[in-house]
Amino acid sequence: MTNAAAGETLLAVEEICLRFGGVQALSEVSFDIKRGEIRAIIGPNGAGKTSMLNVINGFYRPNRGVIRFRGQSFTRMRPGFAARNGIARTFQNVALFRGMTTLDNLMTGRTLKMKRGFFWQLLRYGPAMDEEIEHRRAVEEIIDFLEIEAIRRVPVGRLPYGLQKRVELGRALATEPELLLLDEPMTGMNLEEKEDMCRFILEVNAQFGMTIALIEHDMGVVMDLSNRVVVLDYGRKIADDAPAVVKQDPAVIAAYLGVAG
Amino acid sequence: MDLLYLIFVDPFVQMGQAPDLLVQTLWDGLVSGVLYALIALGFVLIYKASGVFNFAQGIMVVFAALTLVGLYAAGIPALPALALTVVIMLALAVAIERLVLRPLLNRPDIVLFMATFGLTYFLIGFGQLLFGGETKQMITRQLHLPQGAIDLHILDGLVTLQKIDIAAAVIASVMVASLAFVFQYTRIGRALRAVADSHRAALSVGISLNQIWVIVWFAAGVVALATGIMWGARSEVSFALEVVALKALPVLILGGFTSIPGAIVGGLIIGLSEKLFELYWGPLIGGGTEAWFAYVVALIVLLFRPHGLFGEVIIERI
Repeated sequence: MTNAAAGETLLAVEEICLRFGGVQALSEVSFDIKRGEIRAIIGPNGAGKTSMLNVINGFYRPNRGVIRFRGQSFTRMRPGFAARNGIARTFQNVALFRGMTTLDNLMTGRTLKMKRGFFWQLLRYGPAMDEEIEHRRAVEEIIDFLEIEAIRRVPVGRLPYGLQKRVELGRALATEPELLLLDEPMTGMNLEEKEDMCRFILEVNAQFGMTIALIEHDMGVVMDLSNRVVVLDYGRKIADDAPAVVKQDPAVIAAYLGVAG
Repeated sequence: MDLLYLIFVDPFVQMGQAPDLLVQTLWDGLVSGVLYALIALGFVLIYKASGVFNFAQGIMVVFAALTLVGLYAAGIPALPALALTVVIMLALAVAIERLVLRPLLNRPDIVLFMATFGLTYFLIGFGQLLFGGETKQMITRQLHLPQGAIDLHILDGLVTLQKIDIAAAVIASVMVASLAFVFQYTRIGRALRAVADSHRAALSVGISLNQIWVIVWFAAGVVALATGIMWGARSEVSFALEVVALKALPVLILGGFTSIPGAIVGGLIIGLSEKLFELYWGPLIGGGTEAWFAYVVALIVLLFRPHGLFGEVIIERI
């Protein structure tokens, strides 16, 4: 595990409140994500974990609260701004471009990095072609890293679920993010696939120094991977500490197992 | 026995006896197929990028053609009027994105579909207000489109090819080829396909939905303009064209809603088969088959290939 927990704050949410009609999805949730760490967000179903990620990358607009990112304060994020400023994410139920091949899915991750004009690209000549080749190289490196060479040309809709999750991670990596948000990266995977995914997450963190915030249900995975854990229950933060400490917290145990009386 | 003979043998005997008539019918079928394909192409573009069946595509064809003719009638020379019409189609795309699509973001597809109905009736009313409801002539000659016909003396007979039809086929092919190329090989094309597959995933990699929607609606507008010119040149420009545009529905069912090649092949099959059926089998049941035969073909295809000939097979996890 890296010792990055002592680093500076990359992103912080402060007193975030989010309501859908009468449902309070998040109430006054505050926590921070430090540069270089792996931060886990856990909690029972319906605790507001995915809502929190959606607030961070701008899909949801919080009713109250502040998001601090790289020292700037925002009352809301916007998905375009988040993507341009190095926040990438994956989705709980896999949101891939099903009709496209693995390669094309990853290439869409490079969209924001392509600068050459449309007409150059049409000509497939000169600077635009050089650019295409350069991005292709970056994408091929990710393909190698994730060990998905064999499915490069396969439309992703045909891939098994575990591989789709891997391609989705690849697409997020292709944007070269500073902060990677992973929404349940291991659901629906068998043990072997989970181990692979854990390895990729650790390597991304260690080799590229990428900061990662992940939602996960598998407690074993959370304990192995993360530096710090924030626990949500019914939209409130009930614990925020190192995994070993959180595991012993009576409030957390109560939230997961229920309390008598 | 007589009936079986009339259905299965006699039509082919007729084809053999008058090969020039057969070739003429095939040609006519191909030409109307090209026009169906062009209309279907407009639908496919928007369906691919936003998952919406754009009911307004037909009226966009009429609106584009009327704008062109109207600008010319107002004293603007033909080619500048054409350029100006393209600009107006761009303005229409921007307006649709701002006023219709953006407020309805993240709503169910059926809501957007209904919105295109609203758009249809708005454009009918707006078009009639601006240009009046009467039928107009397309400015074919002024646009330097070829007129007249080529007579081929082949097969001991005469086959007539209208030059405008040849032009339509050429223009359609160029449009289709360039659209397919853009979709496949450019960043914008990749972004278009991405938006079609998943809005939220597209947003998460920084693709702007607003920009993409303007682009596809504009592209559909330009396709509509081309269709309007070609169709107008063969008959005339009137609001009745809007109904013809619904012929694109069987074409789309046949070709698959998401496939550009499907739109083309579907259009050609429908065009050819309805002309052949009308001429050789139509008399057996009193004629008038062109109005419905396309739908029968589409139905038969659906029985065997529910996603159309070229559509993406969607496998859902349940």
